[in-house]
Amino acid sequence: MHSSTSKRGVLPGFGITMGYSVLYISLVVLIPLSALLLNSTGLTWEKFWDVATDSRVLASYKVSFLTAAAAGLIDTALGLLIAWVLVRYEFPGKGLFDAMIDLPFALPTAVAGVSLTAIYSANGWIGSLFEPLGIRIAFTPIGITLALMFIGIPFVVRTVQPVLQELDAEVEEAASTLGASRFRTFRSVVLPELIPPLMTGFALAFARGIGEYGSVVFISGNMPMKTEIAPLLIMSKLEQFDYAGATAVALMLLIISFVLLLLINSLQRRVRKTAK
Amino acid sequence: MKKVLKQGLIAGLVLAVSLVAAACGNSGSGAKEVNLLNVSYDPTRELYTEFNKAFAAHWEKEKGEKVSIKQSHGGSGKQGRAVIDGLDADVVTLALGYDIDAIQQAGLIDEGWQQKYEHNSSPYTSTIVFLVRKGNPKGIKDWDDLVKDGIEVITPNPQTSGGARWNYLAAWGYALHQNNNDEAKAQEFVKKLYEHVPVLDSGARGATTTFVERGLGDVLLAWENEAWLSVEELGPDKFDIVYPSESILAEPPVAVVDKNADKKGTREVAEAYLQYLYSEEGQTIAAENYYRPTLDSVKSKYKDAFPEIKLFTIDDEFGGWAEAQQKHFSDGGIFTQIYAPK
Repeated sequence: MHSSTSKRGVLPGFGITMGYSVLYISLVVLIPLSALLLNSTGLTWEKFWDVATDSRVLASYKVSFLTAAAAGLIDTALGLLIAWVLVRYEFPGKGLFDAMIDLPFALPTAVAGVSLTAIYSANGWIGSLFEPLGIRIAFTPIGITLALMFIGIPFVVRTVQPVLQELDAEVEEAASTLGASRFRTFRSVVLPELIPPLMTGFALAFARGIGEYGSVVFISGNMPMKTEIAPLLIMSKLEQFDYAGATAVALMLLIISFVLLLLINSLQRRVRKTAK
Repeated sequence: MKKVLKQGLIAGLVLAVSLVAAACGNSGSGAKEVNLLNVSYDPTRELYTEFNKAFAAHWEKEKGEKVSIKQSHGGSGKQGRAVIDGLDADVVTLALGYDIDAIQQAGLIDEGWQQKYEHNSSPYTSTIVFLVRKGNPKGIKDWDDLVKDGIEVITPNPQTSGGARWNYLAAWGYALHQNNNDEAKAQEFVKKLYEHVPVLDSGARGATTTFVERGLGDVLLAWENEAWLSVEELGPDKFDIVYPSESILAEPPVAVVDKNADKKGTREVAEAYLQYLYSEEGQTIAAENYYRPTLDSVKSKYKDAFPEIKLFTIDDEFGGWAEAQQKHFSDGGIFTQIYAPK
């Protein structure tokens, strides 16, 4: 009796659920991705390399990855702050504020892009304040970063918030009764617990930023070699019926992103292990 | 609060159900009705809304058969791709011959489509003009003025926008003629022109927004019909249209998607639909929507609306779309060289 339950595993129905999981992952992720791979097979290896490492394409990767990383990092800091305020303090309108965090998810990204451009362009509300200082926001990498921050912020808040909520206030109290300063308590007691979710939040915001198209095309100005993002180059190749070229750039983007995400994941695992 | 939510949900549900019912009802009851799908590009929405009504009335009078025409609009290249990928279009009315060529290469349209109807299968034409701010404060008269110091030009990216390819080629053709067909000089001119472009929007509507709403730039390169629409919609007190000394003859072509029409049995009505674009009524509707008519009688009637300027065609100047595309916009083409690092 005892041995048979352990053989069957803790929860029932592994076979069926595993089947469903594999089916759904195949339908939604694996098959579309392999179609992408198949589309690029119209290219020889050399042609693929030529397309994927063309100087304009390389410049666009640089813009995409740097702005996504910058936006991800800023979001990580801001997201932590927002989550902290939401979890630790009570204030009027908190529920509304909390719900608003998710709005960037619901808004069509193109709408976000158009409104951000309207506000931050030289004659917009905020852009016109910066213009006299010689700072242009719209149509520069700053604008792109801003758009990516907007769409990435919910990822960080929503991954950090629950962890922060679970954190035992008693541990912090214990630290302070043992004589730790507030900063010391935060650094040695709270922060270690938050690093894994912060990294997850960063990875999600970063990944989202790399592939983002709709909100960026309006605010970036799309100048080749300067503010052109990789997804736009993919679109421009598709516009000219160059499927193979488009998938070559897309594939390259995917490979780089995957390697970066893998790196972040393994780093996160290590952090978690040393924390334990 | 809860009550409001409940009522809202019910209202939404009722709406959804009735919409579904309406959609089903439409396709169910119209057994004798012929359905056509016209896949077109962005700025023709108003034109075809009007034309479809006119054609449906004409067809019913002629054949006693009801025809309902559905429209699909989007970027020209995107629309072409949708048809290749299986959008069931009976006819395509796109911005460039190149996009229809691509559909032909996918095997959906028979060869020689461009000779099937008059004027290279372009029932109406247009050209590229300049939209400037009221009173033309920078004194822009011709293409040369666009590359002067302190002038900012707004035009979309020719690699993402079909319309922008006409802009680019218009500038190129002008420079060729100014320099005794010296290609190197033309390239220099176009390169200089794009150095005056602060923002490359991905589509024509985006460029118009940049110019009109964001107040960026001194001149917008635009299709003649789009320029007139902008002036009409945004008030004639804000913008002026400037006609350069010469420009390109933009020929947005039309074609029956042979494979789809044969499969759906709509060839006869699809062909009549396109042919009707050339009729007196079709041409008048085109002219009313600021497209240049090709029928002489309508042309003379709208003479004052469309100033005569020197126009060159893509076939004469560039050897057709395939060649222009390959030479200027493909990878390593002249447009990409403009932005190559020094």
